[in-house]
Amino acid sequence: MFFRDILTMDPVREIDRLQREMNRLFEGTTSSGRRGYPAVNIWSNPEAAAVTAELPGYDPGDVDISIVGEMLTIKGRRQQPELNNGDHYHRRERAYGDFERSLRLPFAIDSNKVEANFKNGMLQILLPRAEEDKPKKIEIKTS
Amino acid sequence: MIAEKEKTSLQKREAETMNSVERTRSGKVFVPAVDIFETDEAVVVVADMPGTTEKSIDITLEQHVLTIQAKVEPHIPDGFDLQYREYETGDYQRSFNLTDSIDRDKIDAAYANGVLTLQLPKIEPAKPKKIQVKIG
Repeated sequence: MFFRDILTMDPVREIDRLQREMNRLFEGTTSSGRRGYPAVNIWSNPEAAAVTAELPGYDPGDVDISIVGEMLTIKGRRQQPELNNGDHYHRRERAYGDFERSLRLPFAIDSNKVEANFKNGMLQILLPRAEEDKPKKIEIKTS
Repeated sequence: MIAEKEKTSLQKREAETMNSVERTRSGKVFVPAVDIFETDEAVVVVADMPGTTEKSIDITLEQHVLTIQAKVEPHIPDGFDLQYREYETGDYQRSFNLTDSIDRDKIDAAYANGVLTLQLPKIEPAKPKKIQVKIG
């Protein structure tokens, strides 16, 4: 079986196939999102999920949270302070600009009951599970 | 938009062993990301320290070395289990060498939204003194 496979294999086509396979693999990693900004931790219990993120220097008004089904999107912007003429940077390690990050949550969310809390540069979003998404317990009747 | 390449550097940087000084607290230590800029009057240090409070930050000045330290209590939402982790919580520590041009008695610190801002005023250059010649 093995020998027959090798004999019937077209090496050029095989390389081509491998290449396409590799491209597909790498495409997957970029579109499904590697670690983005901000870094998030995701928490859960049977009733709800929670997302926490470190967003120092953002005002609550600079951060926008939206939910569609199981997708949570966090958007925000941090503006760079304007320097006066003659002022100059020695070091710039902090990031500025717009960010947008979408996360797929483990279950559908009741978007009316979402609560977000922002304190000391820490964002916490509490996401209660949609009632219709909760597992139903089915009683077994004994006849 | 924040470019993908820059994003990797946005991850928290863990501190290397600090000048062979042993820590007495367990847990990780991170180096806060800082911007440092200079104006006519001062050098300004802006440090991202999410999860701290103004009370948890210690700023010390010893000789020429200014050190920022902060203790951070991990933030765990009540009644939840961690499912997925991208960032870790830990203390912060970073030191800066100050030059002689900084007026060490007038260093000022402010804190808002997880960001510490230090104003390090420069010593005013000696102003030429005018000496009045009195007419006797």
